[in-house]
Amino acid sequence: MDMNRKPNKLSLQLDVSDFIPAREDEKQSLVIMRDSVGFWRNGFSRLAKNKIAMVSLFVIMLTLIFSFIMPIFYPYSYEQQIRGSENLAPMQYSQAELNRKEEGEKIFPHILGTDALGRDTTVRLMMGSRISLSVGIIASFLVLLIGSTYGAVSGFVGGKLDIVMMQFVDIIYAIPDILIIIILMVTLKYPLQKLAATVPFFAWINVIGVGLICIFIVFSLLYWVGMARIVRSQILSLKEQEFVTAARALGAKNSRIIGKHLLTNAIGTLIVTTTLQIPSAIFTESFLSFIGIGVSAPMPSLGSMASSAIGGLTSYPYRLFAPAVMISIIILSFNLFGDGLRDAFDPKLKN
Amino acid sequence: MARYLLKKILVSLVTLWLVASATFLLMHMVPGGPFLAEKSPSEATLKALNEKYGLDQPLSIQYKNYFAKLLKGDMGPSIKQRGREVDDIIKTGFKVSARVGGLSILLAVILGVPLGSFAALNRGKWPDSLILLISTTGIAVPSFVVSTVLMMIFSVKLDLLPTYGLTTWKHYIMPVMSLAFYPTAYISRLTRSSMLEVLGQDYIRTAKAKGLPMYKVLFKHALRNAILPVVTYLGPLLAYTLTGSFVVERIFTVPGLGNFFISSILNRDYTMIMGTTIFLATLIIIMNLVVDIVYKLVDPRISYN
Amino acid sequence: MSEYLLSIKNLRLSFFTNVGEVKALNDVSINLKKGQVLGIVGESGSGKSVTAYSVMGLTAHPGKIVAGSIEFDGKLINEMPEKAMRDLRGNDIGMIFQDPMTSLNPVYTIGNQICESILLHTGKNRKQARQRAVELLELVGINEPQKRMKQYPHELSGGMRQRVMIAIALACEPKLLIADEPTTALDVTIQAQILELMMELKEKIDMSIIMITHDLGIVANMCSKIAVMYAGKVVEYGNVDDIFYEPRHEYTKGLLKSIPNLYSQDHEKLLAIEGTPVDMLHPPKGCPFAPRCEAAMKICLDQMPDHYPVGQEHYSACWLIQKEEFDRGGIV
Repeated sequence: MDMNRKPNKLSLQLDVSDFIPAREDEKQSLVIMRDSVGFWRNGFSRLAKNKIAMVSLFVIMLTLIFSFIMPIFYPYSYEQQIRGSENLAPMQYSQAELNRKEEGEKIFPHILGTDALGRDTTVRLMMGSRISLSVGIIASFLVLLIGSTYGAVSGFVGGKLDIVMMQFVDIIYAIPDILIIIILMVTLKYPLQKLAATVPFFAWINVIGVGLICIFIVFSLLYWVGMARIVRSQILSLKEQEFVTAARALGAKNSRIIGKHLLTNAIGTLIVTTTLQIPSAIFTESFLSFIGIGVSAPMPSLGSMASSAIGGLTSYPYRLFAPAVMISIIILSFNLFGDGLRDAFDPKLKN
Repeated sequence: MARYLLKKILVSLVTLWLVASATFLLMHMVPGGPFLAEKSPSEATLKALNEKYGLDQPLSIQYKNYFAKLLKGDMGPSIKQRGREVDDIIKTGFKVSARVGGLSILLAVILGVPLGSFAALNRGKWPDSLILLISTTGIAVPSFVVSTVLMMIFSVKLDLLPTYGLTTWKHYIMPVMSLAFYPTAYISRLTRSSMLEVLGQDYIRTAKAKGLPMYKVLFKHALRNAILPVVTYLGPLLAYTLTGSFVVERIFTVPGLGNFFISSILNRDYTMIMGTTIFLATLIIIMNLVVDIVYKLVDPRISYN
Repeated sequence: MSEYLLSIKNLRLSFFTNVGEVKALNDVSINLKKGQVLGIVGESGSGKSVTAYSVMGLTAHPGKIVAGSIEFDGKLINEMPEKAMRDLRGNDIGMIFQDPMTSLNPVYTIGNQICESILLHTGKNRKQARQRAVELLELVGINEPQKRMKQYPHELSGGMRQRVMIAIALACEPKLLIADEPTTALDVTIQAQILELMMELKEKIDMSIIMITHDLGIVANMCSKIAVMYAGKVVEYGNVDDIFYEPRHEYTKGLLKSIPNLYSQDHEKLLAIEGTPVDMLHPPKGCPFAPRCEAAMKICLDQMPDHYPVGQEHYSACWLIQKEEFDRGGIV
C-alpha cells in the first residue's frame, strides 16, 4: 500500500537540534487566533463593509440635509405665491422676473419650475421630503415604543395575560388597516382642530399641522402590532436562555431583567425592524396624501404633490417626475439600509 | 380541522362586529353629515332628508336599527347615490375590482415565483443582482407613480392604450400592470430569500445524494417548501390589491370598489361606508381562512388541534 | 481492476471564501477495500465530512478540489461529468446523515421519498417501487411498513427517521455506504440499535461502509480500518487494533486517553486534549497539532511530517517516529 511514501528530501538535513522539545511559548506563537470582537464592533465592521448599505446611508444623509437644512437658506418659501410666475417650466423665468434681471437684480432660478399658484417647486419638494421623513421617523419611533413595551410585557409575564394580549393583537391584525387609517384620519381631524382652537395648551397642534398629528396617532395606533409580535417572540426565546435564569437567581427584579438583559439582547432586531418600518410609514403617508386626506394644505407632501401633478399630466409631466423620484429614492435607501443593518446585526434573520 | 375552522370563524365574526361598531361610531363622530356638502339645502329639506334616513334619531337607536337590518342581510339604500341599494353598488364595484385585482395577483405570482427562484439559484452572480435590484426598486415605488408613468408612456407619448374606463382588453393592461408591480417585486424577494434558506436545508442534501437531477431537486423538493411564505403573504396581498386599487382605480377611472369607497368616505355616505367596510373586512377574513387551509395542504406539519 | 473499491489519492480541497482560502483537505489519501468498514475519526472541522461529500461529488459552494483524485470502482469520479455522477449517487454510493430530524423533506410522505430513489435508478414501475419500499422498511426494522409509507417525517421518532434514511440509502443496494455521524443526534439506546442494523445490513448486501464519527467507541465496535484526521490531514491510519493498542501519533494517543474506561485499574485521570483546534484560515507552517502536542519538538513547528510506516498497513505522520529512528542511529 502506497501511503504517500515519497522520499523526504528534507530528512537529509535533519540534525539533533531539530528534536529538542519545543518551548510552550514557541508552540503558542504558532496559533494565530482570529480576533474575537464584540457584538457592536463586529456588526459595525460588517455594516461598513456593505457597500450598498453605506451608499444608502449616504443618500439618507443627503436627503436629510436637502429637506431639513436647505429650506432654511433657500430664497423662496413653500407657501410663497409669486404673482406672474405661475406654471413655469424648470429654469424658466417669468416676464416680471426677466425684467428685474435686466435691471441687474440677481434672481434665483426656479430649478424645477413653479406650480399653478406660482409656488417654487424645488422648495416645495424639500418641504414635502421633510414631511415624509418626519412621518417615517417619528411614526416608527412611536411604533417602536408602544410595540416593544407591549410585546415585552406580554412575552415576559406570559400565562393568561399573554394569551389575552396576543388575542387583542390578532384582532387588530385582522382589521384591514387602510380602512381604519382612512376612517380615523377623517374623524380625528375635527376633534384635534377643536382641541387646538379651544385649549391654549394644545395650540402647538396647529403649528405642526392637524393632518400630520393625525398620521402620527393613526400609525402608532395601528402599526405597533407587528413590532409587538417580534419583540414578544424575541423575549420568549431569550427567556429560555441561561443568563436570564442566572440574573433571576442573583435576585434581579423582573423590570430590571426586562430592561437590561432582554432588551439589550433583542436590540439588534429592534433596530432593524424600526428602520424597515420607516419606509413603510412613508409609503402609507404618500398614499394618504395622494388620495387627499393626508397633510393639509398649504403644507406640501410628496404624495399630495404627485396627486396635484396628475391633473396636468399632459401639459406638465415633469411635475410628477420630481416627487415620484424623490419618494422612490427615500423609500429605496431606507429599505436597502435596513437590509444592510439586518445582515450586520441580526444574523438570525438573515437567509 | 373542522373545530379549528369553527373557532376561527367565531373569532372572525367577533372581529367583524368590532370593526363594524368602531366604524359606525367613528363615522358619526365626524361633524357634518351627508347632506351638508350639497348646495345649501333648506332647513326643511335637511330635516326631511335626515328623517328619511333615520339620522334624526339618537345614535344608539340608529346603531340598533342598522345592525338589526344588517343581520337580515339588508345594508340599506345609499344616501348619496339616490335610488341605489348599497349591496347592489358593492356587487357591481366588486366585479370590476376583483377582475382587475385577480388578474394582477395571478400575474404577480406567475412572474414573482420563477424570478425569485432563478435569483436564488444564481446567488451572487449577475442574474441574482439584477433581479434583486429590480425587485428592491419595485417595492420602493408607490403604485401611483407606476400608474402615472405607465400612463405617460403608453397613452400620452405612444398613444397605444386608452387612459380611462374598462371596456376592452386594452383597458385592462395598464391597471393590471400597475397593480401587479409591487406584489411581483415583493413575491420575487420573498421567494428568493426563502428559496435560499430551503436550499441550505439538510433534506435538499439528501435529495442530491439520491442522485436526483437539479430540476427535480428544485421543483419537487425545494419549491414546495419555499412557497410557504408566499402562500402566507397571499392573504394580505389580496387586501393590498383591493386597497392599493383605490389609487389605480382613481387614476384610470375604473368604476371599482376602491373608487366608491374613497368617495363614500369623503361624501359621508354613511350606509356606503358601513357596507364597504364590512364587505372588505369579511373578504379579508375569508381570504385568511383560505390561506390557512391552503397552508395545511402544502405543509403536512401544520395541525389544527 | 484495482484492489480497492475506493481510493482517494492526495486530495486537496479548499473553500474559497471572501476572507481567504480555507484549506479544508490537505493531502488526504484513503483506501477502502470491498467489504471493509473504514472509520474516519476526528473532531469537528477536521475534514471528515468534507472528505465524504467529495466522494459523493457534493462539495458545497465555494469548495473546490484543488488537486488529487478519487477513484471509485475503477472509475475516476472527480473528473466525471455531472450526469454520470448522478447515476452513481444513491445507486452505487448511498449516504446517511447526521441529523435524521432535518434530513427528510417534511412535505412528502416516507413512501414517496423512498420510491423516488428506486424509480430514479432502477427500471421498476410505481407499483414495483412501492413493493420494494415496503420491503426496505421491513429490512430496516420498521413495523407496519404499509402504514408508515403514508406517514410524514414529523410523525416518526428520530430513530425511526434514521431507519428511513438508511432505507433510502440502501434502496438500490449500493456498493458503498457513507454514514456521516449517523447516531450523533440519537439517544444512546437507539444508537446501538442503528449501528447493529447497519452491520447486519452490511452482511446482507455485501457493501463497504465509511463511518464518520468522533465517537471512538463506535469505531472500535464496527470498523476494520481507522483513519484519524486532524486539521484536514490524515494523521494516522491503520487496523483497528493497531490504532487502539499501538497508537503512534500524539493526537491519537490524546483521543484514546479522553475515553472513559470502566475497567481501568488505577484511578487514571480522564484527560482532555488541551487547547483549541487550529484556525483553518491560517494553518500553521509545521504540524497542525504541534501547538497542542505535549511532545512537540522544534522541527514540528517548522515542517509538516510525512506518513511513516510503523507496521503492517499502519502509518503515522509524526516527527517522533523519525526521532526514534534517529536516536537508534538509523539513517533517516
